Amino acid sequence: MAAVADPDFQRAVLDAAPGPMHPAARETFLAALDAGWADPRRLHSEGRRAAALLDTARSVLAAGLDARPDEVTLHPTGSHALLAGLRGIRQARRRVGATIVTTAVDQALVLREPDVDAVGVDSEGRLDLVALRERLAAPHVALCVLAAANQEIGTRQPIADALAASAAAGVPLLVDLAASWGRSPLPPRPDAYAADASSVGGPPLGVLAVRPGTRVKRQPVSTPERGLEPAPPFVPLALAAAEAWRQQEADREVEDRATSALIDRIRAAAAALPDVQVVGSATDRLPHVATFSVLYVDGETLVHELDRRGFAVASGSACTADTLEPSHVLAAIGAVTHGNVRITLPTSAVAPHRAQDVDRFCTVLPDAVSTVRAQLGTDRL
Amino acid sequence: MSSHHLDARGQKCPLPVIALARLAADLPAGSRIEVLADDPAARADIPAWCRLKGHTVSQTDVGEHTAYLVVVGQAPRKSTGGA
Repeated sequence: MAAVADPDFQRAVLDAAPGPMHPAARETFLAALDAGWADPRRLHSEGRRAAALLDTARSVLAAGLDARPDEVTLHPTGSHALLAGLRGIRQARRRVGATIVTTAVDQALVLREPDVDAVGVDSEGRLDLVALRERLAAPHVALCVLAAANQEIGTRQPIADALAASAAAGVPLLVDLAASWGRSPLPPRPDAYAADASSVGGPPLGVLAVRPGTRVKRQPVSTPERGLEPAPPFVPLALAAAEAWRQQEADREVEDRATSALIDRIRAAAAALPDVQVVGSATDRLPHVATFSVLYVDGETLVHELDRRGFAVASGSACTADTLEPSHVLAAIGAVTHGNVRITLPTSAVAPHRAQDVDRFCTVLPDAVSTVRAQLGTDRL
Repeated sequence: MSSHHLDARGQKCPLPVIALARLAADLPAGSRIEVLADDPAARADIPAWCRLKGHTVSQTDVGEHTAYLVVVGQAPRKSTGGA
């Protein structure tokens, strides 16, 4: 491959879920390894300094979720934060019932929980509001869990309407901001938000913000993170996460426009190819996510071909994820699941050559697709 | 109308869809194809491909595998993107 021999050749990371850390967050992390390594529960000077740094980080992260610091707990990842919120709220409401109302395209970790009632979605992945209202009005519903936007296909959900519906039914709403925090405006504040700092170019760190008055089952008061985690976070991670959030928030509107235009180009380049299905909403979507399925090739071969040409991309096809099953999101919207490519653009601070990377990707894609189809003998279908 | 069979049991996705596309390419509208497949990904993929190509499909689980009945449609076979 000629590009590999080119001295100016550089890898293009088009899979930022998670991606490389923001340079400022990285600097903060390295400095914090010296200043904030101690267990913030210790009483010595080093411990007290770590505790003070953790307070600072928590205040910044809380502000990023329109919350007060004492409403926010920190968790190893966004998945942990989501599960802590889900299980804590469900247990506090066990006298009402145990059912979780969600959608068929929410995260697999939510759908794997017991007693899940998943509402269907349309071909773009948008939830059915009428069905949601019906399910919320059923007896024994403990809570509603909804991703603000789908992390695989980018489609946004009508969270304001869902919040009104859950409030009318008296059911708490936990909004999963997994891919959208810092990339998309915050939806109106629900009973709880769960987020991950890796969406803003921070290290993996989960943040859960619970509105005052929302009941959550917690462990005894001496348990860290307000009774939701067995241990406090590693303070340098919290500081790096806070710095990444601060940087991304300052850039967000510019980033939103820039990434959205790049995603439009990727969608157009994919749609121009024969037998390629571009998936998810074209307009009401996350600004930095694109997904398409290339017919008659397998996702694994296509990911390897793009990798060989210098592009890191993800895929929702079977055999490319952690299971042999294809993405449940693609299946739920009735999209073709084989030959899938998923792009999650990094921020410009992380990838200064992002626009050129996307240009090159759009240029290379037709040839990568025909190469793989020719290998598999499916180029004349 | 003509009736055809495709046994794609034991094949992993996208092979069942590729075989089905090869078979359907030369068949007139209204032709019926019975497809047998046991790959879990085919359960989503065969119906998704049929919708995209304008074929109609129904499916029945038969023990370890699934039987699909595809009726070849009139719609243009070549698609160029769009969900």
